[in-house]
Formats: sequence, C-alpha cells, structure tokens
Amino acid sequence: MGVEGIGASVVRKEDKRFITGKGRYVDDIKLTGMTYAHFIRSPHAHAKVKGIDSSAALKMPGVVAVLTGKQIVDDKVGNLICGWAITSKDGSPMKMGAWPAMAPETVRFVGQAVAVVIAESKNLARDAAEAVVVDYEELPAVADVTAAIKAGAPQLHPEAPGNQVYDWVIGDEGAVDAAFAKAANVVKLDLANNRLAPNAMEPRAAIADYDAAEEHFTLYTTSQNPHVARLVLSAFYNIAPEHKLRVIAPDVGGGFGSKIFIYPEEMVALWASKKVGRPVKWTGDRTEAFLTDAHGRDHVTHAEMAFDTNNKITGLKVKTYANFGAYMSLFSSSVPTYLYATLLSGQYNIPAIHAEVIGVYTNTTPVDAYRGAGRPEASYLIERMMETAARQLKVDPAALRRTNFITQFPHQTPVIMAYDTGDFNASLDAAMKAIDYAGFPARKAKAKADGKLRGIGVSCYIEACGIAPSKAVGSLGAGVGLWESAEVRVNPVGTIEILTGSHSHGQGHETTFCQLVADRLGVPISQVSIVHGDTDKVQFGMGTYGSRSAAVGLTAILKAMEKVESKAKKIAAHALEASEADIVIENGEFKVTGTDKAIAFPMVALAAYTAHNLPDGMEPGLKETAFYDPTNFTFPAGAYICELEVDAGTGKTSFVNFVAADDFGRLINPMIVEGQVHGGLAQGIGQALLEHAIYDANGQPVTASFMDYTMPRADDLPSFKLSHTTTLCPGNPLGIKGCGEAGAIGASAAVINAITDAIGKNNLEMPATPDRVWRTIHAA
Amino acid sequence: MYQTTYHRASSVDEAASLFAKGSEAKFLAGGQTLLPVMKQRLAAPSDVIDLGKIKDLIGVEASGDTLTIKAATPHYDVATSDAAKKAIPALAYLASLIGDPAVRYRGTIGGSLANNDPAADYPAATLALGATIKTNKRTIAADDYFQGLFATALEDGEIITQVSFPVPAKAGYAKFPHPASRFALTGVFVAQTKSGEVRVAATGASQSGVMRVPAIEAALKANWSPAAIDSVSISASGLLSDIHGSSDYRANLVKVMAQRAVAAAG
Repeated sequence: MGVEGIGASVVRKEDKRFITGKGRYVDDIKLTGMTYAHFIRSPHAHAKVKGIDSSAALKMPGVVAVLTGKQIVDDKVGNLICGWAITSKDGSPMKMGAWPAMAPETVRFVGQAVAVVIAESKNLARDAAEAVVVDYEELPAVADVTAAIKAGAPQLHPEAPGNQVYDWVIGDEGAVDAAFAKAANVVKLDLANNRLAPNAMEPRAAIADYDAAEEHFTLYTTSQNPHVARLVLSAFYNIAPEHKLRVIAPDVGGGFGSKIFIYPEEMVALWASKKVGRPVKWTGDRTEAFLTDAHGRDHVTHAEMAFDTNNKITGLKVKTYANFGAYMSLFSSSVPTYLYATLLSGQYNIPAIHAEVIGVYTNTTPVDAYRGAGRPEASYLIERMMETAARQLKVDPAALRRTNFITQFPHQTPVIMAYDTGDFNASLDAAMKAIDYAGFPARKAKAKADGKLRGIGVSCYIEACGIAPSKAVGSLGAGVGLWESAEVRVNPVGTIEILTGSHSHGQGHETTFCQLVADRLGVPISQVSIVHGDTDKVQFGMGTYGSRSAAVGLTAILKAMEKVESKAKKIAAHALEASEADIVIENGEFKVTGTDKAIAFPMVALAAYTAHNLPDGMEPGLKETAFYDPTNFTFPAGAYICELEVDAGTGKTSFVNFVAADDFGRLINPMIVEGQVHGGLAQGIGQALLEHAIYDANGQPVTASFMDYTMPRADDLPSFKLSHTTTLCPGNPLGIKGCGEAGAIGASAAVINAITDAIGKNNLEMPATPDRVWRTIHAA
Repeated sequence: MYQTTYHRASSVDEAASLFAKGSEAKFLAGGQTLLPVMKQRLAAPSDVIDLGKIKDLIGVEASGDTLTIKAATPHYDVATSDAAKKAIPALAYLASLIGDPAVRYRGTIGGSLANNDPAADYPAATLALGATIKTNKRTIAADDYFQGLFATALEDGEIITQVSFPVPAKAGYAKFPHPASRFALTGVFVAQTKSGEVRVAATGASQSGVMRVPAIEAALKANWSPAAIDSVSISASGLLSDIHGSSDYRANLVKVMAQRAVAAAG
C-alpha cells in the first residue's frame, strides 16, 4: 500500500491550517464595501403578518435598507422547493405548501424571517432590527405530529388539507396480511424517533456579491454541495442563470446534512446584494442555527413483526408519522420514504414488508436529512423490534438475529433495495468477541451484587450509501442525477491537481483523495492538491452527503486517473521506444517491464506539455475528466454492542464498554475512518441519551441554546473499541462502501437495548434522560 | 451587545463611587452570567465596573476555625487552594465542579453569591456551612442573605468583599449536574458543625432558590449516616420542573444527593 497509499493512516493534510487558525470560512471573508444583514424573525409559531413599519429603522445612521417578504415576492424570487417528488397511495402528488424566502403574509414557525435589515455593520443592523415594528396577528399553532393530524387541528397550508404532505406506501400489503394471519407469534412496538438539531460547529453564513456591469453574482456559502446550490438558485429561484452565478463553499465547519439545503438566507443575500448594489454578508448565530437549520428525525411509529414457530420473521408492517415542520425542505420528502422504508428489512430475511408513511406539517422548524437521514430511523426501529421480540420470545437477542440474518448475496429485499454483499455473522462475531458477550451474565451478576443495574444491547445495522445511481433515484422521484465528476490536471512539472465535485467539510478529502493518486502513481501526496467547493473551478458535482464521497467521488477520480495514466503510458512508451503494453508504473516512474529503462513521471508530464516529441496525432497536455454513475447503492453494515450500568437512585447511565464492528469495504485511511465512526457514534449516543429538540404545545422552541439542548460532550461518551470485517463492495472498482453515517445509524438502538436490559423494562423513549430512566425504573 | 462603558476599578471604594455615578451601572465580578446576558441583549448596563482586578478582593485564607474567601477569587483558585482543601475539602471540591475550566478561571464566589442563580453551587455551601457574607457596608448571615430566585439581601450598589466559612466537623457536597448547562440540576451540601448542629442545603431544586432541608437535617442530627435519610420523604411541592428534571425527580435527587454527600463527608 505504500506509506501514503490506500490503507495508510496518513495524517490529515488539512489539519495544519485548521489547528493553527488559518482555515478560511465564509465569515473570514471580507469584501470591499460589504454590508451586513440581520434578519427579523417571527417570535410566533403561527401568525399573520399584518404590517411592517420600518420607518424608524430607516432613519438610523448606518442603515442601508430594510427589505420585506412582500418585496422579495414582488421581485419574483421563487419559492423554496422540495426536489424529490413523492406520490401518495391515492396517486396524488405530495402537497407542497408555498415557502417564500421571507414571509409576506403568514409565518409558520418561530424563527421564520419576515424582513431583513442591511446596514454598515453587524451591530447597526441588529440595532435597527429592534426598531422595526412587525404587527402580527397570532394564529393557533400545532407542534406535535399526532396533534397535527387530528380533526380540528390548526391548519398550516391551504395546499395541504389536514396538514398532510403525503400518505405513501411501499411493499405488498396482501402478502404481509397473509403472513400475519399464519404467524405463530406477533411482536408489537410503538416508538418515537426524537427530533434533533444538527449543530454543526460553524453556523451557516453567506456573502453575496452582485456585479452590475457583468450582471453576475458570486455567493460564498456554507454548503455541502455548491453546484447543487447554483443549480437550484438558477433553475428554481430565478436568481440568475448558472453562468452568471458563481457559488463558492470555502472551508466549511461541519454539515451533517444541514448544509445540503438551500436556505432563505442565501437567497435573500443574493437578492439584497443586487437591490443595494453592494456585497451583503450574513452570519448566523447559534440561536438562529437552532431555529432555522433543518432539524432531523421526528417520527412516531407503530410496527408489528410476525414470526413462525422457528422464530423466523415472516412479515413486518410499519406505520410512521413523519414530522416535516412548517415547510418542505429541499430533500425532506425522500428522507422518511426512500431513505427510510427501503431499509426496513435490516440485516434480515423478511419475505413480506409493508410500510405506510404519513408526512405531516407542524408549526416547527423544517425537518430534512441529518446524518443517516431515514436510515437511523429504520435501523432504530428494526433493532428495537429484534430486541423486543427476543424478550417476548425468550431467546437470546444475538441468536434471534442470527436465525434471521441474510446470508446469500445478492439479496433482493421486498422494499426495493438489492443488497450486493455482506457478512453479518462476521460482524456480530467480531463485536461479541470484542465485548466478551459470553461473559456478560457473570458481569451482570457481579454488578447486581454491588447494587448496580448492568445491561447489554446489540444493534446490527445496515444502511444504503452513495445515494445513486441516477437512473434508480430518478425513477423514485429525485429531481437531480446522483453521480460524481472529477478532473485530474497534471501540471508540466508533474504536480497534480484533482478537481472534485465532492465537498469536504470535515471528512478529510484533501488527504484521502491524494492517497489514491499516491497509490497509483507512487508520487508523494505533497505533490497532489485537491480543488473543490467552487463552481468556477470544478465543472459540476453533486456534493458530499450520504457517505458517498469515497464510493462515488473517489471512483470518479479513479476513472479520470485511468485516462491520465493511459495517455501518460503512451507518452512514456514513445519516449522509451517501447511498446505501450510493456509500460508499468512503479514508485513515480514509468518503466519498461523487465528492463532498467524508465522515465520519471514529471518528465512524462513535461513531455506532454512541451509536445516536442509526442506520438503522432496525440494532443498536447495531460488532463482528463470523468463522470462516474454507480450501478447500485453501497451497503455498509455492522454490529454494535453496548454494555452499561444504570444508577437506580438517579437514573443516570454510565458506559462500561462500547464495541463497533463495521464492514465498510475497503478503507482508504483507517485513521480518518476511525474518526468518522467516533463522530457518528457520538451523534447516535447523543440521540439515545441526550439530544432532543423540544417544542411546547404552542410551537415555542424550548431548546434553542446549549443551556437547554444537550450536546454530547467528551465525558458523556465511552472510549470506543472499533474493528472491521471486510467484504468488498462489488459495485465500484475500489470496493468502497462508505463510513460517514454508520455510527449515527447503529448506535442508538444498542444504547436503548442495553438500558432496557439493565432496568428490566422494555418501553423507554429517547433520549433516555436520567429523569426518564428513573421514572421507568420506579413505574408500577 | 449594546454599547456600554467599561471601568476597571482599583479599589472597592472606587468601584462604589463609579457605581453611584452610572445611570444603570452593573458590577462585573467574573462575567460568567452578565456577559452572556449582555451579548444576548437581555441586559444593557450604562457602565460595567470590573471588580476582578481589585487586589484586596482576591485570596483564600484559613485562620483558626474560619476559612475566608475574598469575593473576587476565581473558582479555580478555591478548588486548588491548599488552605481550602485542608480546612473544608468539600468546599474546594464544590468549586472544582462549577461550570468548565474556562468558567472556573473567570467566575468568582462574590459574583456567584450576588447573582444567586437558583442552580448555582456556592449558595448551597454558603447556606449549609452558615457562612457570613461581608460587604463594603456590613456583614450578613447566610440565613438572612438568600431571598429567592436571583434575590439577595444586597442593596443596590453594595459590594461583597469576602465570605467567611466556619470550619465544620464534617461536610460533603454531591451534585447531579444539569445535562446541558452543567449547573446543578440538584446539589446538596451537608455539614455538621463543631458544636454538633447539622445543616443541609439544596440548590437547583426549589422554585425559591437555595433552601435548607429540615427533614434531612433532623434525620442526620439523630444519626449521621446515609441510611438515616432512607425514610425521609421530600415533597415535590414548590420544586422546579423542566425538560431535564420534573419536580418529583428533583425531590428524589435531594434525598439521593444528600445521602451521597453524607457518604462523601464520612
């Protein structure tokens, strides 16, 4: 593999600038003549905007403009849209309520912008915002998904009667009913998947700069997918044609899905920049992040699983209510449908599955993809179900899983997905060995003697990553293709620039992508640089989410590399007067196999650009492009086991051990993979124990700061023991499956299964706060 | 943050005189509450008078049966003070649990007591140990000092200069941290004075701020042991209730934390 090639734990190239404070984030950028935006946001969850009086604010020194929702609608800036069409079971399209970038008439969640102040400084804009008087007429609000579907509930959108976005189904209901009719045992489970606030370390920010002479916009934004942002801003929001809009996502401090979407603030900044004729900067604060970054999860589900007399699963039926918040965010519709219900087979042979998902509007912050996006909800449901079933059927939870594991691949599930490969027994074996599963009863008995409640919980997750191929996602309603592009530019001196449509906001692409080049050419990674996040530099790309950058983005780079190598071999063969078929690449040299004749890679590059002695008919230069569209999703899977103790006096959970055995296919940089798993596990454990975005019955957020919303901290988490079992993904040449979301997908169920094991009661909602656990222990 | 005028006082007298001159002045005794509140524009003092650099207000001293902590002494200094650890280890331990390292380097005992947050740690120790709060005008007994949520006996412009803690025979503190803020969801300080009196104070639990817990005091007076509290019943009435802890959960924590504090006190 070489010290810097595939499989080497190379130290991250990008960390020098991050840990020395030299990163360049949107808020670090200052343009000449720049103004500052401050949004005026609704304090009400549901209200009519009767009037906005900005006369006092406009008289304040340093105020450039106060712009309102009515103006942005009058200027025909498009409404925000959801880009994945879902059809209800009755054949009707999803009901998308109109979402203007600032509300002209009606606000539907606390934090929705109604106007923006543009001023000479951030503080002046904020001062002036306090002088703007907005006259609201409060309307009844509803925040809870089960309350919103009741007759007589406050209605959000005229387009969506009953607050229903869609009522969508998947699977064969008749086959499921038949399975339940013959079932030896039926296990039932009701659960909620708690709403989370993503909380990337860097809040969202945008700078818009309109050049009147060129009629051209530049947008600096905290985006995970700048090309998608440009496409949507151009095609749907009428900001500017694509060639008149450059979108730059510089260093971005975390996304977790929340920075995939195009938000009102960057639309307003672009529009306002043209309006005031100066650059406009907006940097969100933490409160705005809590109020306006798309939240994650928020499901309420009833599920039933049928078993035969051999404890084999024969059927699964699921009904889920998914809270969308007040509007349909960019990919919101796909999350509780094609990213959730298609994974309900888990790691198990389930002959018949039927799921119904009802999307519901409420007066809360919009909900969209958040690390895992649908797959954590599916995994949590299935793995809580398996644990509940094991308890009801009185069998060992690990053994019940083995009884039902899929062992033959490829495997077609009844819910679209066709698993390509995997070895679920291997992962579970590795995890059980790592935690000494066999020794647990003795440890539990000893803990009991010491007055402690000890539990163990298993979670065997599977996910679908890559979010591709284009043809498949298109047939399911996606509004975009989901492939990736790459360009490999070899400079005349032999240094290499890799242009990628993936975007790194913490994932370490600047290191891992270079490792592929080092692996193939034998050049040091210091000779390679990664260019990303700028629509003027990279031709197109779909961005980074869904653990897709290595499986899809890196494969595109590989395809472009193969073209570069092919041309370089021709040049080398010509220079060495050898046959192209005899040229091999070793340690940065092109060699004639079996001889000592060789030419160094930089000399090949130079020859390509001097063009003094190229093969007849060959174009000069050494630069190639590739677009890669996979043939299937990838299917990372694994087993997590958690052992913990509960303090019966306080309900507090303390970890004893947490082991993870993941199958991610081939690893490029094991150290970076480990970091990704740690982060994912932290978020999965955070969901299980700590995090919950809560609204009161009137739609007022209760958790809009870190004083109330419990972000996981180092001392909340155990020291993880990680291992890998490997089956190579057959769907891409590198055999990569993806690792970015696994921890967040698999961890929650392991934790809740362990706590419920410890306390001997099965019903416990997330987050399992000490109060909740204590109450459950002592409930009659 | 709104505009304000910052003053760095070099003496208590100067601070008091600056306060008198300001239209809506505030003392800054560490800024771990005032500054976040100002940044959120929830407070707009005309003048901010920093007490943190007044040399006479910094230091920890043990003398005879009294441990004196001057008002602008940061929590970190108390947590690591040899004098405090020797005289009242439970108090140094309490200081080590406040906030996080950044808070402990900046926050001060005087600031904590003047603010009297219902979930702050120091009020529990101050009340349970029967401390005396000295100001630039008078001395106030702990039993008279705490007057409800964010309310104290301090008059407008009055500056705490030091807090004197009688060294107890035994003392212990047990804190159940609020999961998000790390204030006390409930913290209980138990003390047995050298004359045999038992005083127990709970913070974070009551809607009225720090409180004595007479039922536990009586049980411990009869039998200084965690088991003595087993049969005590704490009413949830009047206790705080929020997303992190219902009132009956806090009532349970008062009892459980008291038991753990007694166990820690030995």
